[in-house]
Amino acid sequence: MKSDIQKTILVVDDDSDYLFQMKLQIEKFGFNVITAEGQNQGIKILESTKPDMAIIDLMMENMDSGFILGHKIKQKYPDVPVIIASAVTAETGMIFGVESKEDKTWIKADLYLEKGLRSDQLHREINKLLKL
Amino acid sequence: MEILKVLVVDDEPGIRSGIGRIMRNFTVSYPFMEEDFAFELIDAETGEKAIEIIESQNIDIILLDNQLPGINGIEVLEYIRKIQYDALVMMITSYASLDLAVKATNIGAYNFVPKPFTPQELKTAIESITKQLYLKRMTRKMNKEGKQIRFQFLSVLSHELKSPINAIEGYLKIMQEKQVGDNIDDYAIMIERSMERLKGMRTLILDLLDLTKLESGKKSRTINQVDIYEVAKMAMDTIEPLAIQKQVKVYLDAEENLYISSDKDELEIILNNLLSNAIKYNKDEGKVFLNISKDEKSVKITIEDTGIGMSSEDMEKLFQEFVRIKNSKTKNVTGSGLGLSITKKMVELNGGTIYVESTPDVGSKFTVSLPIK
Repeated sequence: MKSDIQKTILVVDDDSDYLFQMKLQIEKFGFNVITAEGQNQGIKILESTKPDMAIIDLMMENMDSGFILGHKIKQKYPDVPVIIASAVTAETGMIFGVESKEDKTWIKADLYLEKGLRSDQLHREINKLLKL
Repeated sequence: MEILKVLVVDDEPGIRSGIGRIMRNFTVSYPFMEEDFAFELIDAETGEKAIEIIESQNIDIILLDNQLPGINGIEVLEYIRKIQYDALVMMITSYASLDLAVKATNIGAYNFVPKPFTPQELKTAIESITKQLYLKRMTRKMNKEGKQIRFQFLSVLSHELKSPINAIEGYLKIMQEKQVGDNIDDYAIMIERSMERLKGMRTLILDLLDLTKLESGKKSRTINQVDIYEVAKMAMDTIEPLAIQKQVKVYLDAEENLYISSDKDELEIILNNLLSNAIKYNKDEGKVFLNISKDEKSVKITIEDTGIGMSSEDMEKLFQEFVRIKNSKTKNVTGSGLGLSITKKMVELNGGTIYVESTPDVGSKFTVSLPIK
């Protein structure tokens, strides 16, 4: 059974504390976690590793790093679900949808999540995307 | 609801009325647009007529057939480009060939839709062109008002302010739920990190206050004869704890009694910022050389370190607000991203100049030149 193999989740964020906390949380769900501290490091990891899922921040080296990274992931591994996790809506009031067909033409992600999500909600969203 | 004027240029009445039917009651909305867009259609059966309309009205979007009885679509497009008309053009033609598409987009057509098209194809094309038009006009408006920079500044600022709050909140939550153990010592790293983030936030707020005062021109200045040698000694005392922590040695080479007319606090901020950077971005057990020399007109201050250095690409961005050079060597260095931007503004306020030279893994050298006046 494929689901018996531990799934690997790549978490990319430029905030090392956030990475530490996400790693702790997601490992508790029973997943394997690899972390990258930005767009460039994320791209480097993706060259040699195919994660089962990626959770990426939006504003890292540049304001649109998350979009670019999402694009690159989908280009290389179209079947890997991508979650963009950011605090951008709370900060700027900008809203990004990724659900509709038009949105998908320019934002390559399966889900947009606001940071600060409760642990159980995060777990549910991950499971849903991994079809567990 | 904002109305966009759409000029339909096609010699076939069927196409014109077809487009009219599809576009009636059609509106475009996007989450980031303030208003929905609806469309008012104007017809032209020839290129000549189209130019007449373009000259007499403000058209936003032009749907342009290439095969027209008189002048063709490409010629109309060329005219639109020549007079730098503020409209987006979409070519519609049954003779859609790659050549024509390339030519049309080269001379400014936004998009290309082959005829026949379904109502949905047209709607999708109109949606995308509307979004493009909106973004184009918005960007221009923002540039004109300097708002874009301000918007960027604010969104980056709130990001920088919120990140530490999120991090600390995250750690507190882990502690509250006793996620990694019952002993307070199990959380030592998290407590230390939280303190570190609070410290960073305090620096940011203080830097921000400096910057706001500078920007608003409300900073009160007290100009006196200031001995830079004294200021340098003071700055070295201030950064001593940091230097000890990193085991970095700071060497001062300066004459005494180096007086210039300036604001003492400003000089202190300049030297503090540059010295603390030279230590923060140094290697452990590295060195910092602070040299101050003087000629008839100016005082030259150089701060040279034996640190990690930076690429020429990084150097270009260095003095901008909230720019922090992010790489594996800098990831453990905290800072607000405002220090050098403030330093540069302070130097300029004093009629001086600042520049940087750097070699990766060898070190950086900042040179400040201040007029004696």
